Amino acid sequence: MRRVRQFFATTLLLGCCVVIGAEPGRLPADQMAKAIRLDAISIPTPGELFAALEKPGKPNWVDQMRGPVATAYKSRAQIALNLGSLIADGFIAVEAKDSQQVKNIGTDIIKMAKALGVSENVLSRGNSINEFAENDEWDALQEELEATQNEVKSSMQTHRDQDLVILVSVGGWVRGTQAVSSAVLQNYDERAAKVLRQPALVNFIQAKLNEVSPDVRNEPLVKEVSGDLPGIEKLVSFPAGKAPTQDEVKKVNEAVGKMMSQIQAKEPK
Amino acid sequence: MKTWVSILAAMTVAAATTFADPESDTEVAAHKAALDLAGAFSNEGFKMRDGHWSGTIKPHDHALIAVNLYAGNQYWFSVGATDAAKKLAINVYDETGKLVQTEPYNEGEKAAAGFSPTGSGQYYVMVDLVEGNESSVCLIYSYK
Repeated sequence: MRRVRQFFATTLLLGCCVVIGAEPGRLPADQMAKAIRLDAISIPTPGELFAALEKPGKPNWVDQMRGPVATAYKSRAQIALNLGSLIADGFIAVEAKDSQQVKNIGTDIIKMAKALGVSENVLSRGNSINEFAENDEWDALQEELEATQNEVKSSMQTHRDQDLVILVSVGGWVRGTQAVSSAVLQNYDERAAKVLRQPALVNFIQAKLNEVSPDVRNEPLVKEVSGDLPGIEKLVSFPAGKAPTQDEVKKVNEAVGKMMSQIQAKEPK
Repeated sequence: MKTWVSILAAMTVAAATTFADPESDTEVAAHKAALDLAGAFSNEGFKMRDGHWSGTIKPHDHALIAVNLYAGNQYWFSVGATDAAKKLAINVYDETGKLVQTEPYNEGEKAAAGFSPTGSGQYYVMVDLVEGNESSVCLIYSYK
């Protein structure tokens, strides 16, 4: 008798779910589409990406560092993109535990931030970066780099430079993905390769870029970056749970490498 | 007339610039509560994200926030609210909308959920106000 009652209760529950079109414990698609998406919480930091990459084994971070990059550009959009990538470089230098490189990058970050006219608060972050680097305080440096990035973005918002905020995030994501795909190629491991699966993130970045003002959107470099993103989204859309092959990682690395070259080119083509 | 319109416009711009996205007192309190809770995970080696989401939730209502996570990392999502909230709950869903199993923690106007994704990609964090009155709520997360 008890089993019969249980059977009817289960049937009734499933029946209700069918009627209202929901599955127990599952979010409906329209609710997921309406979820809050924010630059501050929906875009992971390079530090988060690098932490995941390190789980199967520490990569050679020194090999992922770049030489000095230009800090003077005419276009504010290009400065914002490069500022983001430079902050990602800071995270790489922290992972490599290279305090001199961290200090150099900190100085360059401040130079670029000044060129964008951001607040004094950001400039004081440069001193903290130097101080933490002197004392090899690596965890504190990671936090300081993220705080610097957020301070830059918040200052941009206050100065009605909202359009530049997403460009800082784009620059950081491109440089971070370039370093990670390069590290995965150097010592291929399926678990490490899995971190490159980021279709929703690239889609979110594209959506944000579509929202910027026509002035910024029509800048040749921004146009080029926006135009390349759909292709990159396809490249990082591996099936869930499946690791990309070495060849697939190579394609991602080439695509983001090309984008990075455009971003850091002195005269964008 | 034109001059007055210009002055009014200038005042509006100045006000918007000065008060761009300020946190209200209740938002500050909720943020502090979330930071207090997340601080406990820092002792276990978790790094706290500087970015956060703040908002208001009505009783028996929820907020759904999209995040992008990486396989291999461990995460703790911490929520803090003002005193008006008596019980909060956090649930995490994967990109297909399937509920994922998390380690829950509840303490009145604070709640947390920990988990380690097996796949990289988008996840959804649902913050529910289970008991209490309308409250300011803040979500932050930590990873290692």
